[in-house]
Amino acid sequence: MLAVYSNPRWLSVVRGAVERLTETLGFPAVQCRSITRAVDEALTNIVRHSYGNRLDEPIALYFRRAQRSQQGEVESGLEILLCDRGRAIDPNRLRGRPLEEIQLGGLGLDLIRQAMDTVEFTRKGLTNQLRFVKCLASASDAS
Amino acid sequence: MQILARRHDKTVIFDVSGDIDFANSPEVRQSVLREIREIRTSRVVVNLSQVRYIDSSGVASLIEGLKAARDLGSRFILIGLSTSAREVLQLSRLTKVFEIYDNEEQALAA
Repeated sequence: MLAVYSNPRWLSVVRGAVERLTETLGFPAVQCRSITRAVDEALTNIVRHSYGNRLDEPIALYFRRAQRSQQGEVESGLEILLCDRGRAIDPNRLRGRPLEEIQLGGLGLDLIRQAMDTVEFTRKGLTNQLRFVKCLASASDAS
Repeated sequence: MQILARRHDKTVIFDVSGDIDFANSPEVRQSVLREIREIRTSRVVVNLSQVRYIDSSGVASLIEGLKAARDLGSRFILIGLSTSAREVLQLSRLTKVFEIYDNEEQALAA
């Protein structure tokens, strides 16, 4: 678990931690970068939209190994949960759109969706929860 | 992040190093737009070879620079895309939008 305040100065610290974690778990380099990018973009969205650029609000990140069955085979990976207590986010804004329709403001979301196998948003009480899952790809998928 | 400007005749080259993220992308945006809109430099080159990381707000800053340059008839060029910069521009399908060269010599000769 990692807890930070909503100050953008902590973004680089979180990126460093996520990059080391994904390397340790055995993700290929390109996926280490894309997972790190997704977490960074999600944190930025929390700072901007959920907390309205306030600098001292809490954000919690939880990391754990994930497993899922896919066509009879068990895949392992990484589950990441980002929690904040800012204003509720409209889940419709998190839906995927065709790339042609993506404006610059939605670029971060698109990078998140491209990086992760699962992206889920839920509001539980006063808490926004953004859940990512990324499975370890086979070597042929990793390039 | 560090951003340093070098001038060659009517060209300015911004050497950017480090991480461009939400904390500091406004600095990139401000430097680039000032050069294009206020100083009216006819060719602005951004060297990304030492950029370890760039997020979507950094990309947005570059897009703003490109739009401003087009509006004023100047050129906005990216050179030396680092791995991170190239990946983000490719994922965003923006590599064909920008004028991109491998290095400074190519950009100055173009």
